[in-house]
Amino acid sequence: MDDLLSEFLTETNEGLTTLDMELVKLEQNPNDAELLSSIFRLMHTIKGTCGFLGLPRLESVAHAGENIMNKFRDKELSVTATGVSLILECLDQIREILTTLEATEQEPEGDDSDLISRLNAHAEGGDVGEAAPAPAEAAPAAAAPVEAAADDDDEEDELERAFREALGPEELAAQAADEASDAPEAAQVSEVVELNAEAPPPAAPAPAPAPKPAAKKPTPPPAAPAGDSGSSVANQSIRVSVEVLENLMTMVSELVLTRNQTLQILRAHKESDFATPLQRLNHVVSDLQEGVMKTRMQPIGNAWAKLPRIIRDLSHELDKKIDLVMKGAETELDRQVLELIKDPLTHMVRNSADHGLEMPNDRVAAGKPETGQVILNAFHEGGHIIIQISDDGKGLNTNRIKEKCVENGLASEAEMDGMNDQQIQQFIFKPGFSTAAEVTAVSGRGVGMDVVRTNIEKIGGTVELSSTEGKGTIFTIKIPLTLAIVSALIVECCKERFAIPQLSVVELVRTSAHSEHTIEHINETPVLRLRNRLLPLVTLRDLLKLTDDDEPEGEEKEIREDNFIVVSQVGTYTFGIIVDRVFDTEEIVVKPVAPILRDIQLFSGNTILGDGAVVMILDPNGIAAATGEIAVADADLGAHEDRHLTGNDEKVAMLVFRSGDDAPKAVPLALIARLEEIDLAKVETSGGQHVVQYRGQLMPLIPMQPGMELEKEGRQPVLVFSDRERSMGLVVDEIIDIVEDRMNVELSAEKEGYIGSAIIAEKATDVVDAGYFLTQAYPDWFGSEAGKENFESDRSRILLVDDSPFFRNLLMPMLSVAGYEVKAVESASEALNLCENGEKFDVIISDIEMPGMNGFEFAEAVREDHRWSKTPMVALSAFASPADLMRGRAAGFKDYVSKTDREALLMTLQDTIAELKGAA
Amino acid sequence: MSDTYLENEDFVTFYIAGQLFGVPVLSVQDIINPQRITPIPLAPPEIAGSLNLRGRIVTAIDVRKRLGLPAREEKESMSIVVENGHDLYSLMVDSVGEVLGVDESSFERNPPTLDQRFRDYSQGIYRLDGKLLVILDVNRFLDYGRNADAA
Repeated sequence: MDDLLSEFLTETNEGLTTLDMELVKLEQNPNDAELLSSIFRLMHTIKGTCGFLGLPRLESVAHAGENIMNKFRDKELSVTATGVSLILECLDQIREILTTLEATEQEPEGDDSDLISRLNAHAEGGDVGEAAPAPAEAAPAAAAPVEAAADDDDEEDELERAFREALGPEELAAQAADEASDAPEAAQVSEVVELNAEAPPPAAPAPAPAPKPAAKKPTPPPAAPAGDSGSSVANQSIRVSVEVLENLMTMVSELVLTRNQTLQILRAHKESDFATPLQRLNHVVSDLQEGVMKTRMQPIGNAWAKLPRIIRDLSHELDKKIDLVMKGAETELDRQVLELIKDPLTHMVRNSADHGLEMPNDRVAAGKPETGQVILNAFHEGGHIIIQISDDGKGLNTNRIKEKCVENGLASEAEMDGMNDQQIQQFIFKPGFSTAAEVTAVSGRGVGMDVVRTNIEKIGGTVELSSTEGKGTIFTIKIPLTLAIVSALIVECCKERFAIPQLSVVELVRTSAHSEHTIEHINETPVLRLRNRLLPLVTLRDLLKLTDDDEPEGEEKEIREDNFIVVSQVGTYTFGIIVDRVFDTEEIVVKPVAPILRDIQLFSGNTILGDGAVVMILDPNGIAAATGEIAVADADLGAHEDRHLTGNDEKVAMLVFRSGDDAPKAVPLALIARLEEIDLAKVETSGGQHVVQYRGQLMPLIPMQPGMELEKEGRQPVLVFSDRERSMGLVVDEIIDIVEDRMNVELSAEKEGYIGSAIIAEKATDVVDAGYFLTQAYPDWFGSEAGKENFESDRSRILLVDDSPFFRNLLMPMLSVAGYEVKAVESASEALNLCENGEKFDVIISDIEMPGMNGFEFAEAVREDHRWSKTPMVALSAFASPADLMRGRAAGFKDYVSKTDREALLMTLQDTIAELKGAA
Repeated sequence: MSDTYLENEDFVTFYIAGQLFGVPVLSVQDIINPQRITPIPLAPPEIAGSLNLRGRIVTAIDVRKRLGLPAREEKESMSIVVENGHDLYSLMVDSVGEVLGVDESSFERNPPTLDQRFRDYSQGIYRLDGKLLVILDVNRFLDYGRNADAA
């Protein structure tokens, strides 16, 4: 392609992008004169260049757009949305023509008269001789960029322009200003000033030699100061093809490797004459590397340039008011990375605007400002770039996601029930998921968040999401600064070394038989307790099917006593990789593996280390995927254990009994006041209900099975539930056992009266919803609606924070039964929202182990907030060691109670509230 | 196709299990002595590993294993480095012979009775004095995708 043409294309495309941005800005600040002239200049340059290159169609379109701009600038027209839309449309048209031009090097055939007439109609009335003379005269005029000075409107532009170009035309311009009438050429040109005032840079060299002799007088250019810093910077930069830079980068990478090798050799020879020069070489190479990296760096703002326009169009299309705030646009990152995140970013911003933000009416109704905000924020953080995309919209609707997942078969309802909000929200990244109920023109076109995630992970980045319903959503993208050189941890397994990208390494743990950390096994699956979590482990040796020649056959399978565990994170999945040794981290250049090896998903590439050895680079994503398969394969054998890994680790005492059919049933022991055997002969009937005299009162008996007939005599086991004065007996067939087991309600119930099913003592067991039977005995057991009002005043309000739905279900009725009014939330952040909303509670009971903000952090947050700082807090935990107790006290908890100790909890609450009342 | 390709060519020769093989001299990048090779776990068995040749990573292939022959007794071996696509491969052979110019007229197509693997990777055979030279088709030899499809 013609050099001139390709330069024109690059430049014009850049100009168009800037125009998009500036026009949107202009719409917001219609009176910004500086902005107006800048836009006008840009438009003008485009038009002038078209004329110069003999592209009449482009030129006429640009001209019509420029007309309106001129009216804007001269204040003959006021800046309106319609006007801006028209100009944007005009830019789109230009862009379209440019695309064809780029492909064919020919201006496409076509008719723009409709657009032009609309543009002209808008500009209406004031077309004083500007519209017509465009194409014919533009070309000759541009050839001599002398003219402009004569026109006062454009004088500044022209001078600035001239200043940018070269000395020749600039002097000439100055001269032309003085001698306009003397130069016939200049005079002719001055009629068409506006068209060519800004001849493109390529034109500059051509005319320069000609005017030079005429402009011998070294007139100091009066316009010199007018040239703003922007244009002088432009003057100092050159265009270099990306390929050249890429090559340079590759070479520097090799140089870095060679330097590393040399340094390694040097280390072996302490007293070497090479030491000093090599040190210097070392520094120079480091600087060189940095320098070359810089050439590849671009401000992230480049990737954002299109967004204001997109948001503007969106807001018109969707009738939403959207404010796009961009922070940290100057943050720099590698252009390769930049290219790769451009599309995901655009997609996410669209998504936030389309799905995230509500309609203005809904926003007002929700007490938010009418205009929604989408905030883009980029900053550096330890070798990574963090990009946050947040909106103050409606947040993710967890229930909708649940429904969607079940609908699309991504997970079963039971699986979803066992998950907390955060886990559920992650589903939006799954393939085949789209929350948009309707597919709008804007998003939901099949490109889902899964593609976004895949693209980001491809470049070694991660994307996280946090959303609060009603408050908005924040996406956090973490990406490496550059792809070419990455920092990697070098590990050894069976005498072979491997590199693991540092980005996915969270921490290193050393395990041995005597230390705090030991590897434990569940059915031969290794796991590690790490800060009260079970970390799934994979053995690199098994994964890579490595064998160590030195070790005797029999021990091969055994895990050694001393191990290093590389804790890695892929997305939200954290797992440990067992390796033999851990070396240093090293800067490595990632090289792709030979095509033969591309099928091995555990490797993302290979590299040459400082000592010259080739090592494979492990791909944590691949490992995660591979271990996922292992989990599937073992599912039959280890199903029980697997659930423990993912589910609740807390043990609960359950009373297991039988009633009706043979399936065991269970109810949390903590709910039961006593177990009794009643004499059936003493059972009476009152008001259609079986009752029995019990401790001087009538206690209603509710049969577990609706139609169950009570025998006339004999003894029948009864579970007694009590609440102050009232008691109720649940009649069952047989009490089997009290079992302490981890509890994970798996299937949600279809039957009334059941919470769901769980595996207890290795049997599928129905978990009974005690609350259901309590209300059968006394419909107003939890305070009937009518009675509630006068009841409420003296009921103490308790806020229960626990992420496990099971414990909420367990404690809610228990505390209600004990006479408290309970509000249960599932996360600390939700609790803090209640605080924001001005809710007040007498006591806060909080779990310690929670995803997101844990109990300690929550307590600290509460203590810091003046509204709740006086509210006593009680910590709930499955394990209450003295150290926990200390830590809890330090964080601001008044007391620390074991989750399953019903009496202790009630006692503590009683004491706490008594203290409170006493103080008041 | 083979006929035109083989016109007046010189071949780098090597021995595998006593058999003389040849690869076109222009496709050979290097002849290297035994090197430290990093094994690649999970890779097909004939892939011996990868090595560093002046800053480039080379994938080492054990020719004997690829041809389905028993492993060589001595561990160390010479290698012939060839470029295929943009990647370098080192073919581990028993020993490297001389560079031979051959007479075009002595070319023969593969006898149909040849072992399947030999037939797959052989472009044809030259009758030399007292021995036969099998021309290794490097592209097919390294084309794992095709092989996998066939298998």
